[in-house]
Amino acid sequence: MLGVGNLACSRGDHRLFSGLNLTLHAGQIMQVQGENGKGKTSLLRTLCGFLQPDEGKISWCGTDVRELGEEYFANLLYLGHHNAIKDELSALENLRISAGLSGIVLDENQAITALRRMGLKGRERLPTKVLSQGQRRRVALARLLVGDAKLWVLDEPLTALDVGAVALIEELLGEHLSKQGMVIFTTHQPLTIKGVEIARLALL
Amino acid sequence: MNRLSIINLLVLVVRRDLLLAMRRRADVLTILVFFILIVSLFPLGVGPEMDMLRKMAPGVLWVAALLASMLSLGRLFSADYLDGTLEQMMLAPQSLSVLVLGKMISHWVVSGLPLVLMAPVLGLQFDMSPEALLVLMLGLLLGTPVLSMLGAIGAALTLGLRGGGVLLSLLVLPLCIPVLIFGSGAVEAVSSGLSVTSNLSLIAALLMLCLVFTPWVTAQALRISME
Amino acid sequence: MAINWFKYSAPSTFYGLAGKLVPFFAIPAAVLFAIGMYIGFFVAPVDAVQGEAYRIIFIHVPASILSMFLYLIMAGYAALGLIFNTRLSSMMATALAPTGALFAFISLWTGALWGKPMWGAWWVWDARLTSELILLFLYFGFIALHASIDDPRRADRAAALLAIVGSVNVPIIYFSVKWWNTLHQGSTIKFTGTSMHIAMQQAMFVTLLACWMYAVAVALVRVRSIILDRERTTQWVSELKEIA
Repeated sequence: MLGVGNLACSRGDHRLFSGLNLTLHAGQIMQVQGENGKGKTSLLRTLCGFLQPDEGKISWCGTDVRELGEEYFANLLYLGHHNAIKDELSALENLRISAGLSGIVLDENQAITALRRMGLKGRERLPTKVLSQGQRRRVALARLLVGDAKLWVLDEPLTALDVGAVALIEELLGEHLSKQGMVIFTTHQPLTIKGVEIARLALL
Repeated sequence: MNRLSIINLLVLVVRRDLLLAMRRRADVLTILVFFILIVSLFPLGVGPEMDMLRKMAPGVLWVAALLASMLSLGRLFSADYLDGTLEQMMLAPQSLSVLVLGKMISHWVVSGLPLVLMAPVLGLQFDMSPEALLVLMLGLLLGTPVLSMLGAIGAALTLGLRGGGVLLSLLVLPLCIPVLIFGSGAVEAVSSGLSVTSNLSLIAALLMLCLVFTPWVTAQALRISME
Repeated sequence: MAINWFKYSAPSTFYGLAGKLVPFFAIPAAVLFAIGMYIGFFVAPVDAVQGEAYRIIFIHVPASILSMFLYLIMAGYAALGLIFNTRLSSMMATALAPTGALFAFISLWTGALWGKPMWGAWWVWDARLTSELILLFLYFGFIALHASIDDPRRADRAAALLAIVGSVNVPIIYFSVKWWNTLHQGSTIKFTGTSMHIAMQQAMFVTLLACWMYAVAVALVRVRSIILDRERTTQWVSELKEIA
C-alpha cells in the first residue's frame, strides 16, 4: 500500500502543491490530472524519490520510503518521459539491460517473447535508432511485461503510441491490477480499463 | 524470479558501457589522438634538445593524461542523464554506488587504459630510458583510475549544467594534483637512481582511498543533481 | 531553562540578529587593524636578515591562516546544511566563500611582493605558496559550481559535497606539495619562532584578530543579503521596514 501524507512540493520559488494526501491499495489505479505545469511529473518523481518533498511523507506498507530505500525501489517500476533506451543497442539488448538494472535476470527467449507481445516482431535485433518514436516507446513499455514490481509509476505512457498499442497497454494495466498490482499514472489521452474504475487526483 | 547479485550487477554495467563504447569507437579514438597531439606539441613549443625533453617527459605525459581524461569525463553520466537511463539506475534495487563503480571501471578501461598503453610509445619521442618507461606505465596504471574516480564526482556534480566541461575541469584538476606529483615524481626518482616504491605506494594508497569513498560520494552527487 | 538553539537557525530570526551583531565585529576589526599596523610599522624592530621587507608578514600570515581556516569552516557549515537540511548553514557557507577566496588571494599577492626582495623573483614555487594557490582554485571551484546552478537548493547541496571532498583533499594536497618541494629543493619561507621579536608576535596576533573580526563582519553582512534574496517571496521580508 502506498500512502502519501501532507505532501508539499516546489520548483525554485514556485510552490506546485501542498497538503496533498493519497492512498493507493493493492489492485487500485489512479490517474493524476491537471493542466501543464501543475506538478504532475513532479509528483510522480517525488514518489520515486528523485525529488525531495518540502514537507510530508511517503510511505510504503506503512514504512517511510526513505527508511526502506532500495527495498522500496525493488517494488517500483517507473517509466518517465524519456524512454531510457540506447540508440546504439538493439531492442533486445536494451530490454535485457534495463531488466538487469532493476535486478532481474532475463534470458533471450523471455525478452523476445516480451518484445513480440509489444508488437516488435522482427525488430528485436535492430539498433533502436532505426525504429520509429512509437516503436521505441514500445521497447520501453516492454519493461512492464518483465519483472514483478508491485507499483507502477507511469508518466505519459501513451505518448507516440497508435490505437492498437494503447489497447495493449490498457490490457496490460488490467492484468497488473488483477494480480493485486498498483498503478499511478498521468495521461492526456483517454484510457479505459474494462471492469475497473480509475481513481482520479486533480492538481489545481 | 531470478535476482541479480551485486557482482552480477557490476559486471552488467561494465559490459553495457563497454558495449556502448565499442559502438561509438570514434569517441575513444578522439581522446587518444588528443593525448598524442598534446604530448607532441611540447617539443615544438620548447625546442628539440633531448636533454631538456628527457627531463620534461614525465611531467608532460602526466599533464597530458590528466587533460585527456578530463575531456572524456563530460560524457560519463550525461548520455544516461539525457535519455533517462540514469533515473532507472537510481531506482535499482541494489546500491547506486555499485552501478557508479561499474561506470567508473568502464570509463577507465575506455579512456584510461589506452593512455597507459600509448604512454611508452610517446615516451620514446622524449628519449626516456626503458626503466623510466616502465615506471611511467606503472604510475599511470595506478593513477589513471584515480583520475576516473575523482573525475566522476565532478561529472556527477556538473550534470546538466551549462558550460559543464570547463567547470568540471576547474573542480577536478586541483583534486588530481597529488596524483600528478607522485606519478611524475616516481619517473624522476628512477631517472636519478632513487627508489620508486614510496611514490608508487602513495598512488596506490590514493587509489585505495578513492575505491572506498568515491563511488558513494558520486552516488550522492548524482542524487543531488537529479532533483 | 533550555535555550532554543534552533530559534536562530531560522533565516527570518537570524536576519535581525546578524544585523545587530555586525557593528560588534566591524568596529573591533578596524580598531585592531589600526593597532596592529601601528605596532607592526613603528614598534617592531627591523629584521636583521630581511630588513624592512619582512613587515609584509603582518598581512601575509594572517591572510594565509584565515584562508585555510575559512575553508574548513565553510566546509563545516556546508556539511551541516547537507546533513541536517538547515538552510541557514548553507547560506553561511556561501557567504564565507568569497571572503576566504579574498584572503587566499591577498596571501598570494603579499607572498609575491615579499618574494621579490627576498629571492629576486615575483613567484617562487614554495610549498606554502603553491598550496595557497591550489586552495584559491578550490575556492573558485566552490563559487563557480554554486553560481552555475540555478536552483538554490541543488546549488547548496552540490557545493557542500564539493567542499567536503575538498577539505578531505586539502591535507593530501598540502602533504604532496611539501613532498614535491623537498624533492626539488625549492626555497622555503622560514621564520623560526624563537628569533621573532616579541613586538613582531604581538603585531601579528593583533592583525590576525582583526582579520577574524573582519571576516565575521563581512560574512554576516553577506549572509543578510543572501537571506533577503532567497526569501524575497516570503511575508516577513515584505514587512521589513528597509524593504517597504
